[in-house]
Amino acid sequence: MVSPVENPKFLVEKLSVQYRDGTESLRNISLQIPRNAITVLFGPAGGGKSTLLRTFNRLNDLVEGTRFSGKVLLDGEDILSPATDVVALRRRVGMVFAQPVPLPMTIRENMTYGLLLAGERRRRNLNRALEEGLQAAALWEEVKDRLDEPAHAISGGQQQRLCLARVLALQPEVILMDEPTSGLDPISTAKVEDSLQSIKKKYTIIIVPHSVQQAARLADWAGFFLQGELVEWGEGKNLFIAPKEKRTEDYVTGRFG
Amino acid sequence: MRIPRALAQRIAFALLTAIMAVTVLAILTIITYIFWNGLPALSGEFLFSMPKDGMREGGIWPAIVGTLYLTIGTALIAVPIGLMAAIYLSEYAPDSTFTRAIRIAIVNLAGIPSVVYGLFGMALFVLFLSLGSSIIAACLTLAIMTLPVIISTAEEALRAVPQSFRVVSISMGGTRWQTIQRIVLPQALPGILTGVILGLERAAGETAPILFTGASFFLPHLPQSVFDETMALPYHLFVISTQVPGMPVRIQYGTALVLLIFVLAMNLIATLIRSYYRRRRQW
Repeated sequence: MVSPVENPKFLVEKLSVQYRDGTESLRNISLQIPRNAITVLFGPAGGGKSTLLRTFNRLNDLVEGTRFSGKVLLDGEDILSPATDVVALRRRVGMVFAQPVPLPMTIRENMTYGLLLAGERRRRNLNRALEEGLQAAALWEEVKDRLDEPAHAISGGQQQRLCLARVLALQPEVILMDEPTSGLDPISTAKVEDSLQSIKKKYTIIIVPHSVQQAARLADWAGFFLQGELVEWGEGKNLFIAPKEKRTEDYVTGRFG
Repeated sequence: MRIPRALAQRIAFALLTAIMAVTVLAILTIITYIFWNGLPALSGEFLFSMPKDGMREGGIWPAIVGTLYLTIGTALIAVPIGLMAAIYLSEYAPDSTFTRAIRIAIVNLAGIPSVVYGLFGMALFVLFLSLGSSIIAACLTLAIMTLPVIISTAEEALRAVPQSFRVVSISMGGTRWQTIQRIVLPQALPGILTGVILGLERAAGETAPILFTGASFFLPHLPQSVFDETMALPYHLFVISTQVPGMPVRIQYGTALVLLIFVLAMNLIATLIRSYYRRRRQW
């Protein structure tokens, strides 16, 4: 079932994740995330997509009592090992959430927040990261004259691009996105999707889309998740047009979900 | 017979309004009464000179200074400890039986009568630790009394900061402490300050906890160190109202007024801080 990916960014092997209450969120998942492409993890709610996403940056650590088994390798390093420096990992693997969460500070401060945490103090570097990040998220033109205004004052769509931009400012290797457009109107959604297409050459993007249509639009690679299981995995053009599994076909064509 | 709903609503509404009016009226009456009777006593001499003639003449300067000392000293002890405890409870403590027990203990501490704190302070600080009846012993006692208020309001203020801010900060490579320092504390600060001021206000107005731990009946001079006893407004008020025969009423009301202004001013500051930041809050 697993199509081999050459030199994958993430290699997931027999990963299972259990929460404290005993519910199993992921069962025996194996897959390979290609670099410099958009990988889509989709399926109905409760399938374990978000859990997998939050395993890539160890954000599940915030949920007490989460247990892992199996392996997740980032460029060959096991990130589930207790020896992993999670702070360093999260600088390499950035994340954009479902709801735009501008930190309660100005646009500029939101952009430089991550770098300041990492100890960067040189104004020139901060300013460059600020402009480059906003440019890449296609937000620069809209906010360049109001960088010192509170970030919550811009529109929801702009806020979500700011959230993407401030992750880009950290120059991560991977960007995780958990339904990043679920709160946005179609025009803002298109803008976010456009910026993803334009930055994917430089980054590995893993996204949980908010609809099957979005999954089909974005996927270079895709995995279909159902109740903690990876049902099907493959290149987007195959998976959405000619799914091999009956359950994938039923979901993609809207027969359930 | 059933009362029509619209009428029932009007009656209930009138009743609630009346109850509220009674409450406000009670407070206004006390404040007005004390201002009315105390205001004539206020003068530069009354505020800034030593008591004379068995406290029947002169001013209340040492009591004002003493209350300031006690309030500041209490703050210096209670605020850092209370804040650290609140940060621990809100940001680090796991949700376990142990932390639940701590929380219950804190809530119960807040309900202990102040005279019990006074006796406890005397036993622990004055006698056992041999600090003697002193400003430091009184401040420690007041601090213990104030801690539950500071801890629980500060914890509440910290918890009110949306969890999503923490998750975002940590997902951007922030450590827990960086997140607390840069996001959580600044956002919770107004709420924490409000709690601190309300706690200190109680400490400033209490008599029982300092009765056995550091308050003196009368001192001919201001305290020279933290190991001296001090006069304080609430205890002074108690003394001149019950212990000194032939005390002019004017001085009693004047003292009550000064204490009231002191406490109301702290309350006002707390309210101003809260409303200022609530308007500017971004969530």
